[in-house]
Parts: sequence; structure tokens; C-alpha cells
Amino acid sequence: MSDAAVYNFAYLDEQTKRMIRRALLKAVAIPGYQVPFASREMPMPYGWGTGGVQVTAAVLGADDTLKVIDQGADDTTNAVSIRKFFERTAGVATTTHTSDATVIQTRHRIPETPLREGQILVYQVPIPEPLRFLEPRETETRRQHALEDYGLMHVKLYEDIARHGHIATTYAYPVKVDGRYLMDPSPTPKFDNPKMDMCPALQLFGAGREKRIYALPPYTRVVSLDFEDHPFEPTKFDRGCALCGAEGIYLDEVVTDDCGGRMFVCSDTDFCESRRTPPRAAAPGLNEVPR
Amino acid sequence: MSALDDRPLLVAEGLTKHYGQHIGCADVSLDIHEGEVVAVVGESGSGKSTLLGLLSTQLLPSAGSVRYLMRDGEERELLSLSEAERRFLLRTDWGFVHQDARLGLRMGVSAGGNVGERLMAVGWRHYGRIRAEAEHWLDRVEIARSRIDDRPDTFSGGMRQRLQIAKNMVTRPRLIFMDEPTGGLDVSVQARLLDLIRGFVSDYGLAAVIVTHDLAVARLLSHRIVVMRHGRVIETGLTDQVLDDPREPYTQLLVASILQA
Repeated sequence: MSDAAVYNFAYLDEQTKRMIRRALLKAVAIPGYQVPFASREMPMPYGWGTGGVQVTAAVLGADDTLKVIDQGADDTTNAVSIRKFFERTAGVATTTHTSDATVIQTRHRIPETPLREGQILVYQVPIPEPLRFLEPRETETRRQHALEDYGLMHVKLYEDIARHGHIATTYAYPVKVDGRYLMDPSPTPKFDNPKMDMCPALQLFGAGREKRIYALPPYTRVVSLDFEDHPFEPTKFDRGCALCGAEGIYLDEVVTDDCGGRMFVCSDTDFCESRRTPPRAAAPGLNEVPR
Repeated sequence: MSALDDRPLLVAEGLTKHYGQHIGCADVSLDIHEGEVVAVVGESGSGKSTLLGLLSTQLLPSAGSVRYLMRDGEERELLSLSEAERRFLLRTDWGFVHQDARLGLRMGVSAGGNVGERLMAVGWRHYGRIRAEAEHWLDRVEIARSRIDDRPDTFSGGMRQRLQIAKNMVTRPRLIFMDEPTGGLDVSVQARLLDLIRGFVSDYGLAAVIVTHDLAVARLLSHRIVVMRHGRVIETGLTDQVLDDPREPYTQLLVASILQA
């Protein structure tokens, strides 16, 4: 581990980690409230998870096991490089199994396997402010949060129904946290919103470019906004996974050739693989499964 | 005119606003009663808009006070209200119609969404009922129901002003502030808008403060008139009385300056 000797544990210096932990403590104390923090430059571009990486670095301990997913998958560029980043800079154990992980950094999905107490889910957040596209002024949106002045969010949902006949927002679907703060659940599909509600795991959100941290302590009430006559409905799929046959999970559309061939498979690769293999046997790759 | 013997809705005392060395308005006192329309007239730069900003708490006065009779019958000093109370007042019991509709409307949100915004802000959460209420108010301001899902940037100037009024009226305010509501509209459109405002004033007992430089608008709409010059009120009284028999030389000049059609 000569690299670990060069870097401080988990890349960030200790003072920075303390600063981030202070922001995290405040965020946990006020669920859903966006806490400003002194976001650092990270060795990756904004939009690639600089906020999530800083939060992960601040909560990671030497005996933690880290899992990183990108849209549910363990094997995409963003997930692979962040996992390697912490292997090199912190020397922590890594895994692709949801149930083995103590810290899971995610870009836009919540694993299908239910999370448990003691686990930490770290979200990468591009735009933490749910009202941003309706109200461009930060001074105004902060005032709206302070006064719990959230009528504007329903104006957006109203516009959805007026234009499409139903609430057409399918990701970054706004939620009310613990009956107080309006929160952007990061661009997770609305399918995952119910999993946030009363989740036993600690959920932390980091937005690097926007320099904000917010959090959901375990067992926090998270309610998706809706109208009485147009209630919130999570996305439903009319089929199961083409590989493992699972139903009631979130599916990705995969284009298989240039003649219109496509299939729908689990977005959560770990969940899909664990269903197709006997427990803890060597996992086959996707290509071994016939179409 | 109802409740003339009651306490006034709004009482301003000694309102003064300095912009550095300059005087925005000086020592203005004014009462507004329920169902009463007060026109504030004067030339550009006379302090009309500053006064409107002070009355509607959008500007902080350098001196003076504004008291308002809340719906629960309690008289409150507006400067002592918390921001949350002030915002609530502004979008329930008050209305504000801007000269530039862009300031009063969300141009990227449909007409129905604009009218429904106040309702949603005060807790309405039933799409069907919000929409029905929006349709009702579009009818009242003579905008076709078929335009409910169109954005105001596709509307004409007169329609935008009427939509602004609908957006304000939806919570049945008791007091509405208007800053040159007919500015930039041609005369026939102006006439329809004035007719509409007059209807609302008589139907709902609405009180209004209308800032205008157009004495014809003041004569048509208002019960009382306040003439301003250099930030001070120089003459005040019943509209007909002031316009037919102006006392101050400046008012005489204003009245004499009306072009005869």
C-alpha cells in the first residue's frame, strides 16, 4: 500500500473531513435541510460525484466495506473508478454485494435489496434545490424553505397534470421530509421514493458543485408530493427482468442490436446476479445468459 | 359603500422614504376604508410608486407607520409582522397588479397554474377543485376557458392584465394595489379593464389603491384622489370635487393638461 502512504486516509485531509462531518451532523439533526459546506476540488470533474465522494471520504473508516453503484450497476465507469479511488486512497474492502456493504455510494438508484440498520447510503446530487427550476434566486429559495412556503412546487405538479393528464415527473420527484422540509431525492427514479420512507439505513446526500449536504436519519418519514385526486404512484413495469425474471423491480432497457432488438433487465446488477447464481458461488458474467 | 363608520382598513401615518439625499416621499398620511378606491395621481417622479411600495410593505419606510385591520378584526402594525405573516397577507388578503404583467405573472406557467398558485400556496391540494376555481375566475375576467392551459406569453397585453387580476382575486382579497394597471393598453382595451375592476369593486367590496398618471382613469374608478408632487401630498379629496374644482395651482395644471378627444 505505498499509495496509501502518499495520500491521507480516504484522500481528504483530517481538517476537511472534520468540516464535512460537522455539516453532516447538522444535516442529520435537521432532516432534509440543505447545509452549506466548503466543498473541495476533487480529482474528478463536477457532475461525476464530487459531493458523494467527499461525504463517503468523511464517513469511511478503515473497517468499512464499500460498494459503489451508478444507475444501479457496479460495473459502469463512474462506479468502477470511485471504487478504485477508495481502494487506493483508503485501502478499504470493497464489495458489489449490497448486504455485505457498510457504506454504499450511489448515483441515482437505491439497491433493490432492502437496506438495514447500520448501513449508510451516500447519494451523488447534481442540483440539491428542488425549487431551482421554478425559482432561480438562491436568496428566494432559502427564504421559501425558512418559511415553509412550498406552494410553487405544487404549481409544477399542476402544470404536469394540465399538460400530460398525470404527474409526468418520473425522477427527482420532490418529497416532504418529516413533515417539514421539501427535498430533492437526487435524480433517482420515483420508483425508489417509497424506499426512502422509514428506511432503517442512514441516507446522506452530497452536492459538490453546489456545496450542499443534506440527510435523512434512519426511520425518517419521507412523503412524495401529490394531489388528493392525483395521488403519487411509483413507476410500474408490465414485465419482469429478461435475465432473472424478477418482478416489481426497476428495469433498464438494453438495446441488443441495430434492428430494433431490445430487452429489459434489472437496473440493480448485484440483485440480478445474486438471483441467477447459487449463494456465494462464482458469479457468471452477463454474456453467459442466453437471450 | 359599506362600513363607513367602521375603522379604516389601512392607516398610514407620516410615511417618509429617503433615497440617500433624495426624497422618495415625505410625511404622507392616508386612510383607506373597506370598499373604497383611492387614486394616487401625479407626474413621473412625484413619489406615487414609492408610496405604493411603502403601503404594500415592499419598501421599508425611513419614518412613519402603516397599520392594517386584519381579517380577525385586529389592527396590526405592518412593520412588526413577521416575514411569514407578511407573505401570507400579501397573497391572501391583498393583491398587487403591476403595470408590467411579467412582474405579476409566471410567464412560463399556464394561465390555470398562475391563477391556482395562490390556492396551492394556502394549502389547496385537489387538482380538480383548483382547476374549477381557475376556470371560474377566467370566466369572470372574460378569458376563454380554452386558454386555460396556454402560457401568458401567448396572451395579448389586455389579457395579461386581466389574468393578473384573476390571479389576485382568487383568494378574495380585501385590498388590492394597482400600479398603472392600464398603462400601455389601447383605449378600448383600457375601457374593458376599467369596467372589470369597477365590477369587482362593487361585487366584492374590494378596496383599492390605484397609482396612475391618467386622470380619466382616476375619475372613472376612484372615490377619493390624492395628488402628489415632489414626494408630498399637495391635495386630497373626493375625486369629482378635486377634478372639477382643483384648488392647488399644480392640480389645476394637471387637470388643464388633459387632452380633449
